[in-house]
Amino acid sequence: MSESHGANIELENLSKRYPGNPQPAVDNVTMEIKAGETVIFVGPSGCGKSTTLKMINRLIEPSSGRIRINGEDVTHIDPVKLRRKVGYAIQASGLFPHMTVAQNIALVPKMIGWSASRVRERVEEMLDLVGLDPGEFHGRYPRQLSGGQQQRVGVARALAADPPVLLMDEPFGAVDPITRDHLQDELIRLQRELHKTIVFVTHDFDEAIKLGDRIAVLRERSHIAQFDTPEAILTNPADDFVSGFVGAGAALKRLNLSRVRDVEITDYPTVSVDDPLQTIFNSLRASGTNEILLLDKRGRPYKWLRRGDLMRAKGSLARAGTLVHDTVTRDATLRDALEAVLTDNTGRVAVTGRRGEYTGVVDMETLMNSVHELLEADRLDAMEHQHELEETRSALTHAEQEGHGGEPKA
Amino acid sequence: MNFWEYLVNRHQQLLTDAYQHASAVFQCMVVATVLGVLIGVVTYRSEWAGNLATLVTSTILTIPSLAMIGLLIPIVGLGVAPTVVTLTLYGLLPIVRNSIVGLRGVDPTLVDAATGIGMSRLKRLVRIELPLAWPPILTGIRVSTQMLMGIAAIAAYASGPGLGNLIFRGIASLGSANALNQVLAGTLGIIVLALLFDAAYVLIGRLTISRGIRV
Repeated sequence: MSESHGANIELENLSKRYPGNPQPAVDNVTMEIKAGETVIFVGPSGCGKSTTLKMINRLIEPSSGRIRINGEDVTHIDPVKLRRKVGYAIQASGLFPHMTVAQNIALVPKMIGWSASRVRERVEEMLDLVGLDPGEFHGRYPRQLSGGQQQRVGVARALAADPPVLLMDEPFGAVDPITRDHLQDELIRLQRELHKTIVFVTHDFDEAIKLGDRIAVLRERSHIAQFDTPEAILTNPADDFVSGFVGAGAALKRLNLSRVRDVEITDYPTVSVDDPLQTIFNSLRASGTNEILLLDKRGRPYKWLRRGDLMRAKGSLARAGTLVHDTVTRDATLRDALEAVLTDNTGRVAVTGRRGEYTGVVDMETLMNSVHELLEADRLDAMEHQHELEETRSALTHAEQEGHGGEPKA
Repeated sequence: MNFWEYLVNRHQQLLTDAYQHASAVFQCMVVATVLGVLIGVVTYRSEWAGNLATLVTSTILTIPSLAMIGLLIPIVGLGVAPTVVTLTLYGLLPIVRNSIVGLRGVDPTLVDAATGIGMSRLKRLVRIELPLAWPPILTGIRVSTQMLMGIAAIAAYASGPGLGNLIFRGIASLGSANALNQVLAGTLGIIVLALLFDAAYVLIGRLTISRGIRV
C-alpha cells in the first residue's frame, strides 16, 4: 500500500529567537528521531513544542541549528519542496472549506505532478485507509462532516503523497473525548500499517502515553526534561517537573501502555440472530456459562442472552437479553477494556475486529491478572532503579566528602 | 404625449442611452474590480498599507461626483474620458475595502495549513485565500455597481454617455412638453438597469462561490 516508510530526523542545536525578545523561544534542541518511530512532544502550553515541530518543516525558520532528514541537510533547501515531502496535520483538521473532501486530499499529489488517474485512485485509497466510505464522502464539503470525520480527512490529506514524515500539531485537540479516543486508536492502526516517522505535539500526557514509542517531555524554551519510552517515563520520571507532568495515578496510566491484543483474548460461545431459536436454546444449555453472546447479521456483538431471557420474552429474540453497550478493538488500551468491563454487568467485554465483527472477549479475571503482572514488573524495575540511584548517590557523597576533606589542606 | 407614448416613440434613443449607460458602468466595474482586488492583495498583509488604501479610496468617495467630473474636465477633456476615470475611482472603495477585510478574515490556521502542505505564496493566494475571500469581494463589487449606476448619470454633465443625458435635458427644459417624461424615463431606466445588474450578480454568486462556503 505504501511505498515510503519513515525517514529519520536529526535536530541539531536548533534554536529560535524572535527579534526584541532576549530569551529564545526554542533553545538549542538536539534530538534524533528514528525512522518509523512515533515521537510525542509533550509539555505545558507555551513551552515551544509547537514551534519546535514547525521548525521541522520550516513553517518557522530556525534562527540557528540544523535539520537533517534521512541524512540530507534540509535547513537551506527550498521550503516549499521540503513541505511536500513532509505531511502536516493540524488541530481542527485545517481542511479548506471551499473544496470537497476529494479535492482536499488530492492537493499535494497534484502539486507534485501525479497524473489525474493516479490522483483519483489515491484519493479513494486514502479515504478507505482512514475508514471513510469513498463513495459517500468523496464529494462532500468539510462542513458536512463531523469533527472526527474532518480530522480523518485531515490525516488522509497529510498522508496522500505518501510522505516519509508526518508532523501532527495537536491534531485531536478540538474533538470530543470519545471521538478523540477513536481517532487515537485509528492512528495506532494506521501507523502499524504505514511505519511513518511521526512527530506529534500534544499537551495531554495520557495521549502521549497512548500513542508514543518515545515521549519527549519538554519544559520552557523546549528544553528536553526527559526523552524516553512511556514505560520509562512512568516508572522513572527524571525529575520533579516530569513527575509533576505524569500526574497522579501512574499505576492506572500504566494500563494505557498495554493493549487488548497483549492479553489473552478468550473465546466465548456465540450464536447469530440468523440461527433458529432451537439452536440458540441448545447452545445456551450446552455452553456451561450464564450468558451467551448474540451476534447480528454482520457478525457484530449485539446482545447478551441469559438463561431464561428467551422464556421471559416468550421466544422473541427482539425483546430478549440486554444490548451490548460497549466493545473494544484489539488496539484499545487495557484501561479502556477495564472501563468497559466495569460498566457492563456481565463482567466481560467483547473484542471486535476492524469492521466491528466479534473476535473474542476479555473478562475481569484476565484483566486483573495482567494488571497484577504489570504492576509487579514495574515494582521490580523501580526497585532496581532505586538501587542504582542510591549507589550513584553514595558514590557522589563519597566523592564530595573526599573533596571537602581535601580542601583545608590546599 | 403621455409617458407611455413617449417611451414607444423614443424607444430607439432610449435603448441606445440605456445600452451606453450599462456598458460604461460595466467596463468601469471591470477595471475597478481588477484594480481594487489588486490593491487589496498588495496591501492586506501590512497593517498600515491596508489602512492607507482604505483611507485614500474613502477620501475619493467623499468628493462630490459633480465636482470630481468638473475637476477632471481641464485634465482629460470632455466626453468619455472623465466619465471612465470618475466611475473607476468611485468604484474602488467598496472593492478595496472588502478585499482587504476578506483576505484578512481568512482563518490563519488555514493559511498555516496551506503553507504547511507545501503551497507557494502565489498558489496559496489563488487557491485558498482569494476563493475564501471571494464572497465579501463580490458583495463589494455589487455595492460598487449600484453606486456607479447613479453616479454615471452625472457624467452627462461632461457630455458623457448614458441615461443621464435624458435627465439633464429634461431638467434644462422644465415646463416644456416632454421634460417630465425625459427625467422619468432616465430615472426609471437607471433603476431597471440596476436591478438587472443585481440579478446578474446573484447568478454570478451562485456560479462562483463554492457550495462549501455558501451561506
